[in-house]
Amino acid sequence: MNTPLYRRRRLTNVVVTSLSVAAAAFGLLMLALVLWTLISKGVVGLRPSVFTEMTPPPGRAGGLLNPILGSLVITGLATAIGAPLGVLAGTYMAEYGRHNPLTTVIRFINDVLLSAPSIVIGLFVYEILVANQRHFSAWAGVFALAILVIPVVLRTTEDMLLLVPNELREAGVALGAPRWLVIRSIAYKAAFSGLMTGVLLAVARISGETAPLLFTALNNQFWSTNMNAPMATLPVTIFQFAGSPYAQWRELAWTGALLITLAVLALNVLARTLSSRQRKS
Amino acid sequence: MTATAKISVEKLRFFYGHTEALKGVSLAFEEKCVTALIGPSGCGKSTLLRVLNRMYSLYPDQRAEGTVRMGDYDVLDPALDAQVLRSKVGMVFQRPTPFPMSIYDNIAFGIKLYEKLAKSEISDRVENALRRAALWNEVSGKLNASGLSLSGGQQQRLCIARTIAVNPEVILLDEPCSALDPISTSKVEETIDELKSQYTIVIVTHNMQQAARVSDFTAFMYLGEVIEYGATDDIFTSPKDKRTRDYITGRFG
Repeated sequence: MNTPLYRRRRLTNVVVTSLSVAAAAFGLLMLALVLWTLISKGVVGLRPSVFTEMTPPPGRAGGLLNPILGSLVITGLATAIGAPLGVLAGTYMAEYGRHNPLTTVIRFINDVLLSAPSIVIGLFVYEILVANQRHFSAWAGVFALAILVIPVVLRTTEDMLLLVPNELREAGVALGAPRWLVIRSIAYKAAFSGLMTGVLLAVARISGETAPLLFTALNNQFWSTNMNAPMATLPVTIFQFAGSPYAQWRELAWTGALLITLAVLALNVLARTLSSRQRKS
Repeated sequence: MTATAKISVEKLRFFYGHTEALKGVSLAFEEKCVTALIGPSGCGKSTLLRVLNRMYSLYPDQRAEGTVRMGDYDVLDPALDAQVLRSKVGMVFQRPTPFPMSIYDNIAFGIKLYEKLAKSEISDRVENALRRAALWNEVSGKLNASGLSLSGGQQQRLCIARTIAVNPEVILLDEPCSALDPISTSKVEETIDELKSQYTIVIVTHNMQQAARVSDFTAFMYLGEVIEYGATDDIFTSPKDKRTRDYITGRFG
C-alpha cells in the first residue's frame, strides 16, 4: 500500500480536492460579498415610503411604487404570454413530435434563442414594434420579455415530459384513452412540479432583465397604467438611479436591487421546493 | 378442457424497422383460459402481446403483417379504432404504472372514458374492481391517498383493478410479477386465478414455475417463432421439441 504508485495517487487526490474546494469557496465568497453589499446598502433605504411613493425628481425623497408596479405588470403579462407558448411547444416536442426530425431542428434553434444576449431581443422588438409605432410602450417591453420566457419554459417542459416514464403513457393508452387525455391527465400531472419550476425560473430570469427593456418599455418618472406608453420598471430605474450624482437616487437604486434579489431568491427557493417534492413523489 | 379461440393469430410477422421480430406466428388464445408465453429474452413474447392491443402503433417504425382476429374484430385493420380495441383488450405492464392521482381516481379514470355515471355508481364500480383485484381490504380506508403511496405489489394489483374496471374481454399481462417480491407475486397469481373465470388472459413470464402454476396453455417461443404450444401440463411434463425441453429444464435462456 505504500508503493510509489499509491503515494502518487494519494498526492494527486489531495491536490485535486484542494483545488475544487478552493474554487467552490471562491464562488461562495463572491456570492456572499454581493449579498452583503446589497443588504448593507439596500436595507438603509428600505422604509414604508418605498412602497407608497413614486420615484422622486433629483434631490428629493421618494419611493419605488411606480417601478415596482411596472415590473409586476410587465413581468406578469410577459409570463402569461410566453409560458403557455413554451409549454405547448415543449409538449409538441416531447409528446407528439418525439420521432419527428422537426423536433431536433426546433430544439437546436431554441438552444440558440436560450443563449441569445437579451439586448439582441430588445433591439429586435425595438425594430419591429417601437420603430414602427414611433413610441416606446409597455407592450413592447412585455413582448421582449415574453420572447425570453419561451425558450426557458420550452426547454424545461420538454425535459420534464421526457422524464415521465413511457410506460405511464402506454398504460393510459392501453385503457383506450385518447392521446390528448393521456397528456393532460397523466403526463402533465406526473410532470407538474417540473413544469411549474420551469415557469418560475423563467420569471426569475426576466425579472432582472434590463437590456431588453431599455429599448422597449423605456422608463417613466410617473405613475402610469397605460400599456401604450412608456412604463417604469425596477431594473431600468436602478440603471438610471445608480449612475446618477444624487444621493437619494443612489440609495433608492440599492433598495430596488435588494428587492429584485429577494424576489428572485424567493422564486428560486419556491422552484427548488417544488422540484424536490417532484423527486419524492 | 374444451374451449373456443378468443383470439386467433395467423402468419403474424412483425418488424422493428428492418429487424424481423416475429417470423410467421400462428397461435390461438382460448376463451376464459390463461395462456402463458414463455421463452428466452428477445424471442418475441412481449412483441406478440403488444400486437394484440395494437400498442406498437404508437411507434412509427414498428409494423405488423398477417391476421389477428378477435371475435368480429380484425385487430390489425387500421379501420378498427385502436381505442375501441383497447377498451376490449386491457394490459398490465412489467413495472407497476399507477397514474399520479388518488387510488380512487386511478380506477375511475378508465370508467369515465366510456361511461357517464353518477358518482355513487362510479364508487360502486371502483369498489367492485378493487375487490376483484383483491386489493379492497388493504385500501378501502384510504381511497384518496396517492396511488404512488402503495407498495409495489399493491400498485400492480391497482393496475389490474384499473384494467378490469372498464370490463375488457381480454387481459394482457407483460411479466406482471418480475418487479415484485414472492408474497406480492403469490397475491397477483391468486388474482389471476380468480379472474380467468371471466376473462381471457395472456401472460408473458420468465418464471417457469409461474407459467406452470397459473396457466392452462403454454406457448414456447424462440427467435420469433412459436416452437411448441399445448396444454401447460403437457408442455412441462412431456415437451416434444428438444429446444422446449432444454429451456424449461434451464439449460439455456
